[in-house]
Amino acid sequence: MIVNISINGKVQSHDVEPRLLLVHYIREYAELHGTHWGCDTSNCGICIVLMDDPNTPEPPYPVKSCTMLAAMAEGYEITTVEGMAHPDGTLDPIQMGFHEMHALQCGFCTPGMMSTGRWLIERHPNPTQMTDHEIRDGISGNLCRCTGYDNIVKAIRWAASYIEEHPESARTART
Amino acid sequence: MATIETTPGRNPGWAGGGTWGEVTDAPIGFGHMKRKEDARFIRGLGDYMDDVRLPGMLHSAILRSPYAHATINSIDTSAALAHPKVAAVVIAKDLETLGLAWMPTISYDTQAVLAGDKVRFHLQEVAFVIATDAYAAQDALQLIEVDYDVLPAVVNCRKALDPDAPLIRDDKVGQVDNLASPLWEAGDKATCDRVFAEADVVAIRTVLDPRSHPCPMETCGMVADMNPATGQLNIYNGNQAPHAHRTVYAQVAGLPEQNIRILCNDIGGGFGNKVPVYPGYVCAIAGSIVAGAPVKWIEDRSENLASTGFARDYLMYSEMCSKGGKITGLRVDAIADHGAFDSTAQATKFPAGFFHIVTGSYDLQGAHCQVKAVYTNKAPGGVAYRCSFRITEAVYLVERMVDALAMEMRTDPVDLRMRSFIRSDQFPYESATGWVYDSGDYHKAMKLALEMADYDGLRREQQEKLAKGELMGIGISFFTEGVGAGPRRHMDILGLAMNDGAELRVHPSGKAVVSISAQTQGQGHETTFAQIVAEELGISPNHIMVRHGDTDKTPYGLGTYGSRSTPVSGGAVAVVSRKVRDKARQFAALMLESRAEDLAWEKGRWFVRGDPERGATIERIAEYAYSATNLPEGLEGGLDANAVYDPPNLTYPFGAYIAVVDVDPGTGKVHMRRFIAVDDCGVRINPLVVEGQIHGGLVEGIGQALMEIISFDESGNCMNASFMDYLLPTALECPEHGFELGETVTPCPHHPIGAKGVGESPCVGSPPCIANAVVDALYHAKGIKYMDIPCFPARVWAAMNGNAQPPQ
Amino acid sequence: MQTPAPCEYSRATSVDDAIAQLQALGGNARILAGGYSLIPMMKLRLANPGHVIDINPLESELNYIRQEGNEIRIGALTRHVNMLESDLLSQVFPHIFREAEAVLADPVVRNRGTMGGSLCQSDPAEDLSGVVVALKGEAVLRGPGGAERVVGMEEFHLGPYMTSVQPTEMLIEVRIPTHSGFGGAHEKVERRAGDFAIVAASAALAIEGGRITFAGVACSAVGPTTLHIERAEKALVGQAPSEDLFAQCGQMAAADCSPNSDGRGPADYKRHVAGVLTTRALSRAAATAVS
Repeated sequence: MIVNISINGKVQSHDVEPRLLLVHYIREYAELHGTHWGCDTSNCGICIVLMDDPNTPEPPYPVKSCTMLAAMAEGYEITTVEGMAHPDGTLDPIQMGFHEMHALQCGFCTPGMMSTGRWLIERHPNPTQMTDHEIRDGISGNLCRCTGYDNIVKAIRWAASYIEEHPESARTART
Repeated sequence: MATIETTPGRNPGWAGGGTWGEVTDAPIGFGHMKRKEDARFIRGLGDYMDDVRLPGMLHSAILRSPYAHATINSIDTSAALAHPKVAAVVIAKDLETLGLAWMPTISYDTQAVLAGDKVRFHLQEVAFVIATDAYAAQDALQLIEVDYDVLPAVVNCRKALDPDAPLIRDDKVGQVDNLASPLWEAGDKATCDRVFAEADVVAIRTVLDPRSHPCPMETCGMVADMNPATGQLNIYNGNQAPHAHRTVYAQVAGLPEQNIRILCNDIGGGFGNKVPVYPGYVCAIAGSIVAGAPVKWIEDRSENLASTGFARDYLMYSEMCSKGGKITGLRVDAIADHGAFDSTAQATKFPAGFFHIVTGSYDLQGAHCQVKAVYTNKAPGGVAYRCSFRITEAVYLVERMVDALAMEMRTDPVDLRMRSFIRSDQFPYESATGWVYDSGDYHKAMKLALEMADYDGLRREQQEKLAKGELMGIGISFFTEGVGAGPRRHMDILGLAMNDGAELRVHPSGKAVVSISAQTQGQGHETTFAQIVAEELGISPNHIMVRHGDTDKTPYGLGTYGSRSTPVSGGAVAVVSRKVRDKARQFAALMLESRAEDLAWEKGRWFVRGDPERGATIERIAEYAYSATNLPEGLEGGLDANAVYDPPNLTYPFGAYIAVVDVDPGTGKVHMRRFIAVDDCGVRINPLVVEGQIHGGLVEGIGQALMEIISFDESGNCMNASFMDYLLPTALECPEHGFELGETVTPCPHHPIGAKGVGESPCVGSPPCIANAVVDALYHAKGIKYMDIPCFPARVWAAMNGNAQPPQ
Repeated sequence: MQTPAPCEYSRATSVDDAIAQLQALGGNARILAGGYSLIPMMKLRLANPGHVIDINPLESELNYIRQEGNEIRIGALTRHVNMLESDLLSQVFPHIFREAEAVLADPVVRNRGTMGGSLCQSDPAEDLSGVVVALKGEAVLRGPGGAERVVGMEEFHLGPYMTSVQPTEMLIEVRIPTHSGFGGAHEKVERRAGDFAIVAASAALAIEGGRITFAGVACSAVGPTTLHIERAEKALVGQAPSEDLFAQCGQMAAADCSPNSDGRGPADYKRHVAGVLTTRALSRAAATAVS
């Protein structure tokens, strides 16, 4: 079946099997390899991307792309790690924060982790006041085997502060 | 608007600004530096195993045994072969014709690549399907019919040597029982017996360090690309020891070593899991030969957990004794469960790895340990999971035993340690089992940890809580590791000396490339190794590229595991930098019209001693070295060198850890409240990276202590073959407000830069610390003296009620 | 990665369209909502539907939480995050929904997972089912021709992964009676955040004039379905709340549940914890109810 999905602002159209998982649509058809995967059972969060759901007024939220069929995402707007930075190359504050705070080591969980982190900041009424528990709970669906999470918590906090100081930096690729 | 390229300190490699991977505010040498490799990872531009795509590449999947032990009567692949997208199905008899049915393990055993007449563990490899896409390959697995006769399985390592135990390795000529390797021992038994005979107090425990799994977030995989015309085999494979792998493939496949090229791009974590050669790799190579096309094999998470290198699985009968308030002796009789094939990763002359460092940080009068290894119907392995060859097991044992002894002596576990430590004036110190510890100041590190934790305050709080019926535990561990294997006179793997090479070329512009044999899996080599060169030559680390992961373009060496990178490869990089510096001195002498011996070095330049204005920077020297200038006899143009570093000894990092836990008396649930870690890894090249390593290792320790285990049912079925049941800690299982880190610095006296290595320390020191904390809570409330890990709620509750489950 | 077996895919344009599709496909189809239960099962090839009908487009029809008279009605496609953050739910049923939703899987799963998916998976260790059982909610099932039937949770959950929803029926709504003087709580012990419960207990109480007027007690992961602890409920109604009473109810829960030994713990442990958590949940529910 033909499945059309907008990824990072570009509408993709590919003839795929109905059973194809979204993560494979992104990796194999859209050829965006920044979205990784780490398990079979929807537990690790490695494959998380941001999804804008036209059926709800909610802002883009993280979904596990291994747990959606590509066909389910037709008509939705997907943002992967490749679409996080502004088209002019300016990094999103969450990307800066991960670098600043050494919040990545092997880098494998990083795209999913940054997506969730970005969403936590976006939806929190007062992101710079997020508690440690709120951040830890927020990323509890994202496993990381390298960093021990401390620096990820710091990176999310760094990004929240940066956005507060530089509100214009919070734009996303699509806006 | 603030853009990244104009914001100081916020430029993680920007294609439009400076150089890709350039980091602003980078120190010229050691110090806090953000990582160069982040630039690609935060943009999703890493290049991992599953990202490899080659023209005409085929995909694959492995059919696995549903039984732990069974004979195979027949395999019918006809329906799978009839699948329109299937290119080939490979089974054991196909591999036999290629001579690839069995492969050597890292421990001089053999392992079936695909099971032929018999399967010997649950989810063992049985057939290999090659298809045009990965979904179709999995579809075809369901079309293969295998007829099995189920055999009784050996699941319990203690029963493996019973006379009536089924023989697992009937493929091995002369193998009459399930002994995987002969009894191996260390320490003087007679002395040890005498020390025990004179002891005041003896503690006896059976300690199980259960089977766990390194579980990197990226699973294992390979793309094998055999060119039928040229005989060139390109292997894309994220592994921790590419050069050693190439040598093994040359041996296994009988291919000329120069025709094999291994390309390791980015690796999504290793932790020891990506050290061995796995059947899937050999299948991919065989598949590429059979199919005449590149073949990709990427394991799924279940395959990773159930079939690739597990860790630990040591059952240890132990006795520790004291006299006059000091620990004096230790006796250990251990069984190592290696599973169905002995593929434990050890230095060859050490079948039990470095387990005999088991006397830990204590000045013992006598110690004896013996280890026997057995086969069972479980997945093969025994890899060094964030561990220097069984040191994790040794530290786990000794630190649990010190606490056990302290309870028997009715003394505080800190006091007993303080009284028994090797003193700083005793280094270099030869241990009762023959290790020569290079340096240390254990009392200092322990005192710092106690201060940071407010140990006395914690003990008071514990008493106050107890009065209210609340359970709180304070756990201590003090570890000493021996890492950086190792001296070639003592250590090899499959005959290969455990050394590492480095090649350094400074280009005419003064920018450099350093090629190394170590293989990063996230440790940040591209940054820290550049910092070593920077420290030695005074070139900005931004101007030094670290090349690794391509056997055609890097010097030979044994790779990254056992905290080897900094102690061995880091030594090689320091040495090669000094060779370049010495060569630069020759050029500087010509440039400055001086004698080389009259020149002095300051970071980045040679100058004439007594006339500091007359000097030449390394950049100017590089330009000169490549210029069309006449050179005297014996001095070659160019500014480069190579080195192979043979470490004179292991390095001995150490640390003092304190864990604080709360235990729910109603449910047994453990809450990890605080963790204080004082590490001494000698000189720290990049504190940011060192602390990141410590954080990560501590969480792996939390996992092992509280939730990670690979267990089996009575039939030998693996019960933890997915992330539903193999539980990695999330951010919520870690101390809410972060780890509390401290440091002392005792430079390694024999290492070129005084560094000792740190990657494994936190993962070695933390499991016994957390286990001790849980038991401490139960001890003070209910007098409970021991339980094994992992401290699942149900197991803690059982222990709390005096029903601690003994090892199987 | 493990991948699903071949299957067909279609989207529903309305509830009735989804049911018509179910009818047309003759038992070979499954309703697909959030996907966090069904798709992992398909990847492991434990579920092999020939066809999945995606109801995510039915947000406007099926995602709602509203009060109608003495009932709260929750649409089947209401996401966990909506229930977690619903002011109406936390006002009418303080604590119980929020506590259960806060520990159900992880935030990313909660963004997509639904009420309907949780109930229809019929996993006895699932948290939200415990809340609905304790609150004595009812499920509205719609079949061909718009025929609806309303079933209680005992009738709805038949066993592990088995419900009374017929192949041509669809769960569309859950209805929960409201009570004045309400207090609730959800207690869970798990091996790790995001894991299914080792044991969970949900308690719902209404207290008026110092007497318990309504009691609902449910335990998860200690039986073939989420267990209703009826003996405890009977013991509670009409009584004044007290710690002794709640401790007795805990003993009843421990006695009346039927756990299996597994990787999460032996049966005797789970039985004990069912008692502890039931007592704790009741105690906290009562504190909320009278506050």
